[in-house]
Amino acid sequence: MTILYLLLPLAVFLAILAIVAFIWTVKSGQYDDMDGPPQRMLMDDDDPRLPGNGVRRAKRRP
Amino acid sequence: MCCPGCAAVARAIVEGGLEDYYRYRTVTPTGQRERVPDILSELTLYDREEVQRSFVSGTGEQREAALILEGIVCAACAWLSERHVKELPGVVDFSVNYTTHRARLSWDETRIKLSDVLMAISAIGYRAHPFDPSRQEGVYRQERARMLKQLAVAGLGMMQVMMVAVGLYAGDYGGMSPETRSLLRWISFAFATPVVFYAARTFFSAAWRDLKRRALGMDVPVALAVATAYGASTWATLIGTGEVYFDSVTMFVFFLLVGRFLEMLARHRAGQTVEALVHLKPTMARRLDRDGETAVVASELIVGDSVRVRPGEVIPADGLVTEGTSSVNESLLTGEYLPCRRVVGDVVVGGSINVESPLTVRVAAVGADSVLSAVIQLLDRALAEKPRLAIVADRVAGWFVGGLLLMAIGVYAFWSWYDPARAFWVTLSVLVVTCPCALSLAMPVALTAATGTLSRLGLLATRGHVLEALSRTTDIVFDKTGTLTYGRPELVGVAVAEGEDIERCLCWAAALEQDSEHPVAQAFRVYIDTPLPATALFAEPGSGITGQVEGRQLRIGRPDWVARTDMMAEPRSFGVGAAEDGVVWLADETRVLAEFRLRDRLRPGVSQAIEALRVLGLRVHMLSGDTQAAVTDVAQRVGVNEAIGGLAPADKLAALRHLQAAGATVAMVGDGVNDAPVLAGADVSVALASGAQLAHASADMVLLSDRLLRLPQAVVVSRRCLRIVKQNLTWAVGYNLMAVPLAASGWLTPWMAAIGMSASSLVVVMNALRLRDLPETDGKGREAAV
Repeated sequence: MTILYLLLPLAVFLAILAIVAFIWTVKSGQYDDMDGPPQRMLMDDDDPRLPGNGVRRAKRRP
Repeated sequence: MCCPGCAAVARAIVEGGLEDYYRYRTVTPTGQRERVPDILSELTLYDREEVQRSFVSGTGEQREAALILEGIVCAACAWLSERHVKELPGVVDFSVNYTTHRARLSWDETRIKLSDVLMAISAIGYRAHPFDPSRQEGVYRQERARMLKQLAVAGLGMMQVMMVAVGLYAGDYGGMSPETRSLLRWISFAFATPVVFYAARTFFSAAWRDLKRRALGMDVPVALAVATAYGASTWATLIGTGEVYFDSVTMFVFFLLVGRFLEMLARHRAGQTVEALVHLKPTMARRLDRDGETAVVASELIVGDSVRVRPGEVIPADGLVTEGTSSVNESLLTGEYLPCRRVVGDVVVGGSINVESPLTVRVAAVGADSVLSAVIQLLDRALAEKPRLAIVADRVAGWFVGGLLLMAIGVYAFWSWYDPARAFWVTLSVLVVTCPCALSLAMPVALTAATGTLSRLGLLATRGHVLEALSRTTDIVFDKTGTLTYGRPELVGVAVAEGEDIERCLCWAAALEQDSEHPVAQAFRVYIDTPLPATALFAEPGSGITGQVEGRQLRIGRPDWVARTDMMAEPRSFGVGAAEDGVVWLADETRVLAEFRLRDRLRPGVSQAIEALRVLGLRVHMLSGDTQAAVTDVAQRVGVNEAIGGLAPADKLAALRHLQAAGATVAMVGDGVNDAPVLAGADVSVALASGAQLAHASADMVLLSDRLLRLPQAVVVSRRCLRIVKQNLTWAVGYNLMAVPLAASGWLTPWMAAIGMSASSLVVVMNALRLRDLPETDGKGREAAV
């Protein structure tokens, strides 16, 4: 059972790491908007017809 | 397209190459958009330095502002507005938070003005207005971040302790060396300590507050259970005897935090939406100086200043008319829906709207002396006397703690006599297993679910007691103007003289009224799409309009003004008009051609809503500032029994107090400034989103749509919520009664306690989730209320 003396502190260390990482995500504002990003990834930002994307083609894409 | 505003919006979107918006759109926005030119003038206000001071950071070239976006209904909206604004030259950054409908804008003052950006946003169909983020927003963010961190610590701590606990349980059966057991216990202790001291901090401080006030709230048993279980387990770890309950402690803290977190989210969302209703828009005034007009912020006016008020503008302060004749709409202040005529020497009240023609007003009272301020003082007094409601769960908690402590003492006494060595551990197991977890989750989870249901119905609760108060409501009081009715007249009948044609008379009337700002004009505008050209239009404020249409000299207006003595026959009145009907006559040079009857239009579904409320067993009243005749008429049409008119704000409040003194729990529904004190004084109050901001600020709930049918539904939801809370409390107490004998007899091991605890909490949560179903609606079940 001596292996426990290595494994348990290791578990403690990993848990602390996880908590620190989570707190960092909170502080950097990653939870401020929980609904926007998952939807936003579905929008086409590279559509050439968008303003600021250079070429404005009149051709409609299907 | 429903209106030119929407057509312009669609054009702007397509020209910008943003048609994808239509592809991703998941919810169709509702309501007509305002015509863009109408709002341009007010947007330029925001460019002024003195106005920007309150919400803009940075005064040089680089500026930053926080905006609230209205009309965002799905993620496509957020994306669309973001793309659209970022393309504007001079906009440095624009990011929309879809959850809160807030946006951060930073721009280069030398290249673009704030009003241009706001304009661009309204061009694609959204309304944006600046707000001051320093107030609530910052508080919300901090609270949210703190709770998330506590949740993370509690959650991770719980998982780690559980993992070790499995080893401990296995050891209890298969046997393990004391050293190993001790090591595992120390490890659990190490994980549980931050959970108790960091994550459960709020429970301890709240319990301490309760004890100082000599009240037993929900937090007291929670803090007690956590503290004793943790303390005793630590002790057991130190001296190597007894049982450890670290797994129960951490699980307990985590569950409770999840409940509180959900509760907080619901509260914030409601708070943010209400905040969005309170615009930062300053009232501007045109002060007359020797060298012409200067635009100033209304708060800068002093007594004696002269201001110019154009038609459609808000009168900035109380004062006397020194020049001009017009009529003034005071409906938000008094509830009277037709404008009142004001001539030189008359008093006008700040906050009312000038309708017909320009006025010059000498300011007579500002700030604390004004009429509006008097209403606000009344409001503050009413708020201070607001009926306080005892929360059911807290009462139960008090009993629970008392009973628990008595029982623990009894158990300890018995075991001290029976088997002194085990007395402490058995007593501890009693304390742990009678977990107040289900008890303290019962209320917040149910309230959160019910509040969520209400907001899906388009009713935002801003204060916690709303549901309880609503479920106990016995009387409901409606204001008339702007609540039951739209507060604007509508054509209900036409009678014409011999040989005249109704259609033609309507056309003529619409032609005469085509440029008028008067509410009566709106009534005619609905009927005629393209008015005939009219020349030589002249409006006599408060009386009527003359003009030439199709070569005829026509007059339209009040009968006594239209009918001159040299006129011939009057029109036959078409039957009996109601007392409160406004009557308008149309005449040419020789005789009266037609009589139009106008009536304040009822909101849709009023009668059904009142009927539904009555079926629920509520008494329905109406209190209004409008004339008794008008009030009685509306009351008869919608089926209200008790209706009193002609009330000033103070009288309304007195009438409400009278009801409350008779033992009624009163709900009030209103929209105007004059309703604000009454809203604050009622046990529970609902303001209409279209109403005055003062009404929003003093109400417990805001109704976002004009569907009054939502009210009986809300009553149903609130009653269901209270029922579920009671079920939950019954279940929690019942579970404890079941578990206590087991624990007291010394049979209970920690793992049983842990399982019993989580099972009872789960039952409570599942039961509360039933509240998420919407009550029976008017055939539109799961629609999002916008």
